[in-house]
Amino acid sequence: MVLVLNLYGHRNSAVNIHAAQRKENASMARREVPSKDSETRSNRGVELVRSEAPSELLRELVAHLRQNRTQLREEWVVRITETRLLTAMTKEEIFAEATSVYDSYVEALETEAFEALQAYARNLSERIIPRGVETHEVVGIVLLLRDVLARSLFAKYQTDFKKLNRILDAYEPAANRIANTVAVGFVQERERVIRQQQEAIRELSTPVLQVRERLLILPIIGVIDPQRARQLTEQLLRGIRTNRAKVVVIDITGVAAMDLTVANNLVQTVEASRLLGATVIVTGLSPEIAQTLVTIGVDLGKMNTVGDLQGGIEQAERLLGYKVEKLAEPR
Amino acid sequence: MEVPILKQGEVLIATFQAALSDADLEQLRRGLVLQVVKLRSRGVIVDVTAMDVMDSFASRTLREIAHMIRLRGAETVIVGIQPEVAFAMVQLGLTLEGVATALDLEEGLAYLTEKFKNID
Repeated sequence: MVLVLNLYGHRNSAVNIHAAQRKENASMARREVPSKDSETRSNRGVELVRSEAPSELLRELVAHLRQNRTQLREEWVVRITETRLLTAMTKEEIFAEATSVYDSYVEALETEAFEALQAYARNLSERIIPRGVETHEVVGIVLLLRDVLARSLFAKYQTDFKKLNRILDAYEPAANRIANTVAVGFVQERERVIRQQQEAIRELSTPVLQVRERLLILPIIGVIDPQRARQLTEQLLRGIRTNRAKVVVIDITGVAAMDLTVANNLVQTVEASRLLGATVIVTGLSPEIAQTLVTIGVDLGKMNTVGDLQGGIEQAERLLGYKVEKLAEPR
Repeated sequence: MEVPILKQGEVLIATFQAALSDADLEQLRRGLVLQVVKLRSRGVIVDVTAMDVMDSFASRTLREIAHMIRLRGAETVIVGIQPEVAFAMVQLGLTLEGVATALDLEEGLAYLTEKFKNID
């Protein structure tokens, strides 16, 4: 019954569009998308009638999913809760999201247009990433939905095996593409967030400060990777030039660990600074870092090291010819 | 292009006007090493501000210049290495070891003046 009605509607709209398109290429409302789609499909179908079949089947499939929307959605939500996915969200939230995902899913199946779904996936990711939802959860729920829907198809067509096969032929590729789209959308959004945060951290973490005339300090905090090391060096060299610095104190008290590459980067920074005529004093090497540097045998002979930042600044002042004198006891 | 060598008191100053060919660098080396004794100079400043690329030959030649001049009884300072050039040099392992460097001409002169004061 559904099939017949659907066929009828489809033929009708295809003819209508044919006529309408002569006049002008009207902008399509959302509900017209399927008819437009089927129109191009039937155009191709002129030479090859068989190519219309998957579209017909998909249409029937969509009708089935629309009809059983409430029940399938419920089932899906139950499965999500059972498998302990999306634990960061409340039950109501899961239900609300499930409804929108379900509708977008069916719509994508119907129209085979993935832009709307892609946009929705991005939007969803934006909302749920800050709440700590993991990639496997998002992929998991989409695969669950796929499974729930496939099972309902099995149940519906269990008597007609050939038809079931053809329905699955139409369903599987579309479902795979949907799962793919959602997963990729989520991962892309996640990567975008990570990139953004990395940039923010990088901007925050590399100040080059002048504490006296011709004396700069560069306090380094956190993990140094090769990229950050490079950026630090560039910023320091630029700082030396603009501030006409003669002495630089690099304080690495806040650096927890250092590997061979980073240690070499540090040596390079010291050498590059020297080429610009500035002396570098490194302060605050932790016992662990000292141990690492000795073990891997970094050539620290060229490096001037002092225990802590205070000592480093005092030595720098001596190098610059300053003498700091205490005038009175603080009250 | 030949590098002009200027005399300023006890110091000789050679300023690169542009990137130099290998032949120019060798000529500069010959000129400086010759002049430093002839003019009884105590210090030499090589200003490389205009150089935006420093290859291994250039940096080796600069090192040789500095060491030869030391043997001829004077001090050498290389001045004006650009930050980007310095960064590229250390990545290539060209660190001008044992050669004095300074930010610019002014700093180089100050360095030599200080050095002469210590010797006197």
